[in-house]
Order: sequence, then structure tokens, then C-alpha cells
Amino acid sequence: MSILEITRVAKTFPGANGGTVALQATDLSVQENDFITVLGPSGCGKSTLLRMVAGLDTPTTGSIELDGRPVLGPGADRGMVFQSYTLFPWLTVLQNVCFGLREKGMPLSDQHDLARQFIGKVGLEGFESHFPKQLSGGMQQRTALARALANNPRILLMDEPFGALDHQTRELMQELLEGIWEAERKTVLFVTHDIDEAIFMANRVVVMSARPGRIKCDLPVAIDHPRHYSVKTKPVFSDLKARLTEEIRVEVQRAIGMLALAA
Amino acid sequence: MKPLIAVGPGSRIALGIAFFILFFLVWAAATFGGFVSKTFLADPVTMVRSGYDLLANQGFAFDIGMTVWRVLGGFAIAAVLAVPLGVLMGAYKPVEAFFEPFVSFARYLPASAFIPLLILWAGIGEAQKLAVIFIGSFFQLVLMIAVSVGNTRRDLVEAAYTLGAGDRGIVTRVLMPSSAPEIAETLRMVLGWAWTYVIVAELIGASSGIGHMITDSQALLATDQIIFGIIVIGLIGLVTDFAFKAFNRKLFPWAQLGR
Repeated sequence: MSILEITRVAKTFPGANGGTVALQATDLSVQENDFITVLGPSGCGKSTLLRMVAGLDTPTTGSIELDGRPVLGPGADRGMVFQSYTLFPWLTVLQNVCFGLREKGMPLSDQHDLARQFIGKVGLEGFESHFPKQLSGGMQQRTALARALANNPRILLMDEPFGALDHQTRELMQELLEGIWEAERKTVLFVTHDIDEAIFMANRVVVMSARPGRIKCDLPVAIDHPRHYSVKTKPVFSDLKARLTEEIRVEVQRAIGMLALAA
Repeated sequence: MKPLIAVGPGSRIALGIAFFILFFLVWAAATFGGFVSKTFLADPVTMVRSGYDLLANQGFAFDIGMTVWRVLGGFAIAAVLAVPLGVLMGAYKPVEAFFEPFVSFARYLPASAFIPLLILWAGIGEAQKLAVIFIGSFFQLVLMIAVSVGNTRRDLVEAAYTLGAGDRGIVTRVLMPSSAPEIAETLRMVLGWAWTYVIVAELIGASSGIGHMITDSQALLATDQIIFGIIVIGLIGLVTDFAFKAFNRKLFPWAQLGR
């Protein structure tokens, strides 16, 4: 069953010459328990699309519906993990994870129980009373993930959450997220420009074209769960990777002006 | 010495004290060496002696108490009103658009120029002193606090929204805590300025206070007492500043991390 319905959504940022078209009319439908990655070169409007789903930006035209209700602004039903480190620096890890729970008016002891569960799921037991600045980038993003999950959103939006991490840490984070998804089957919409990341975690990869962005193709990832990191060396993975590399390569060439715009 | 390389805590204190000693040595050399007339500049020893006399026999401690009370009183009134208004201005842009132009203008009105007017309105009593300090610090506080609150990281605000925070939650749970250390720092700085205003107010019309003692001493050409008064102001300023800094560090440990 489809829980998120994006219909003819386009975004134009105001400016000279009629503004900048960030996203052309886009349709996307997200099924319950699905894990979709949106893959595209920088500046293709994929983050804009995600921010509009979150309610942080408003579409210029088109509509976004979650469970049949139009998205009019941000809300707890759409949790988000950002690329930048957005833990509240004045709160400890535990207090950060409790932020949304407190907003819901949950009693403090329930908040702590639930928060500790999710802190455990991201492997941060023992760090409950640390401040964000005392944590590494990977630990901060794990806390941010726990904070978003503890709030039990209908859909989890992830905007290149591992983009600022080093390669090895990023791979471990992908495995952690994959493991959590396999256990919880939370619906995820994940934006990235990393092809391996897009394939490894997703059930569907949506490829976007260079600016102005539009959905170029939508490919299923036919790899069974649970996925072990060794799938990255399997033929089915490399075939898909080869295909996506071609799709993206053309878009990047266009984006940096190495290829004349196709008519 | 290399640019920007930190100095150890021990040598930091030693260097700081060394300059104080050097300052007193130059002063002593200038006065005891006879390079400056005693009428215009008293020597350090006379200064300390008459300082003791002021405290022991002339009730100078009462003057100090009065001045401290005025500064803290006027500043507290200004802070209690300026913090909420500054937070509202920083958080809500229409409120800012309403007050900001006037506050920016009022900030440049010199507090000391209001003294004659305030004497007409409130006499030379305590209300006039408090009013001078209020005018001198309120507008500065409001503007600086509004800027701190307005500069809150947008991504933190967005994260809070996606966690289900409402507008009220954004103000009380994101904007206020995130700018609290900077607000405390602003209070510390403006309290320093308030000290200047109180002395000016006491120089012009007062029957007690450090500034009053200084004007009295001027009539007697007692430069030793004037200098002692000035040094007392400096010392109180230094102590409150240290206390404020220590208090802020204690209150906002997270803001100190990784500095």
C-alpha cells in the first residue's frame, strides 16, 4: 500500500530570469515498508524533493500526500536525518533522543526507556550522558538516527546522512542502517549521490537527471535480505552498479557542462 | 613565539601579573623620582595609605556599597526587560521590524547626556542613577540578544520541526537554549559598560558613591584618593567579570567543549 504520494511536484526558486528550476514536475509513489534511494548528481534537486516531503520547503506546483493527507508543513510523522550534524549541542545523547518524545508529552521515565532502546540499537550504550561535541561524526549521525527512529515516524527521510563521514565509517553506517531496516521495516526515503550506498540499502533506486531535476529511471534492486556487506562483490550488484554508473555519468557530464544539452 | 600558539596556564598568569608589576614600577619611578609633581599625581604608597584611611575612617565602604547596589539594580531592571524583548525580536521578525529601528536609534543616544534631564525629572536620588544605567544598558542588551537569537543555526530549527516541535517549542527548546551562552556573554559585557555610566551619574549629582568621593577629592586636589577610587572601580569590575565568566562556564559546560 502506498503511504507517500508525490504528484506533479515541481520547485522553482525565485530569482532573475524567472528563477531557477530546481525540480521539474515529478511523480513518485512510496510503498509501506519500502526502502527507496534517490540517486543523482549534486544540484539535481534530490534534497529539495526530500525537504518538500519533510515540509521544510513548499512545492511551487503539485501535491504531496502522506496517508492521503496533504503535507502542509513539517511534522513528527516524517522523521529526518540531515547531512549536517544537527544534534542539539546543549543536550546530552539521551536528551537529544528524548527531544521528540518530550514534545509528544510522554512521561519522563517512558521517554528514557524508549530512548535507551534506540541508543542500544545504534550501538551507543554508555554514551547517554555525552554531549554531541564529545562524539565522532559517525556517533553523532547514529544518535541523530536514534533520535529520528525513537519518534516512530511513518516515514524516515534521510538527506545524505553519511555524506560527511569517511569512506570506512560510511560503509559501517550503511550496514547498521540496513540491519535496523531489516529488523523494523520502517519506510525510508534516502537521498544520496553514492551509487554503492544507493544499491546496498535500497529495494528501489530512483535516478534523477541533472538540474533541472526530473526522475530519469526507477530500478528495483533484486537482492534478497538480509544483505551482508559481501553482496557488493556479487554479479547482480556489479551489473546494477554498471548500469547506474552509466546513467549518472551522463548526468554529471551535463551538470558540469562537458556534454551539450540533449534536445 | 609563534603566531597563534597557545601559552601554558602557568606562564599565562605570570605574564599577566608581570605587566601589573611593571605598571606600578613605572608609576613609582615617575613619582618617587620627582619627574611628576605631587600635586598632579600621587605616588603609589601615598595612594595605598589614603585608601586605607578612606576605608577605615571616612566610611568609603558605604560609598562602594552604594555604587555596587546602583549598578546591579539598574542593570537587573534592564536585563529583566531586555532579555524577553530581545528573544521575541530575534524569534519573530514582525516584532523585530516593529522595535528594531527605534532601538537602534535609542542605542546611540548617549546615556550620560540624559543625566541633566533625569535630574530634572527624578532629582539626584537613586531613581535617577538607576535610570541612567537602564538607558545605557537596556537598548544595547536588546539589540545584541536579538542578534544572538536570530543567528540560531537554521538546521537545528529544522531538525526540531521534523521532531514534531511547534512554534512555541522552537522558541523555548531551540532558540533560547542555543543562544543562552551568548546572551550570558552579552550580559557580562554590558555589565562592564554599566560601571562607566554609574560613575558618570555619580560625578554629576550624588551625595554618596565612588563617583561622589572622586568629585569631593578633586576639590581637595587629593589625587591619591581619586586614583584609589579609580582602582577600586577597576578591581570590582575585574572581580565581577571573573565571577560572571566562571558562572557562565559552570552553567553552559556544553558551550566550552571543543573550544
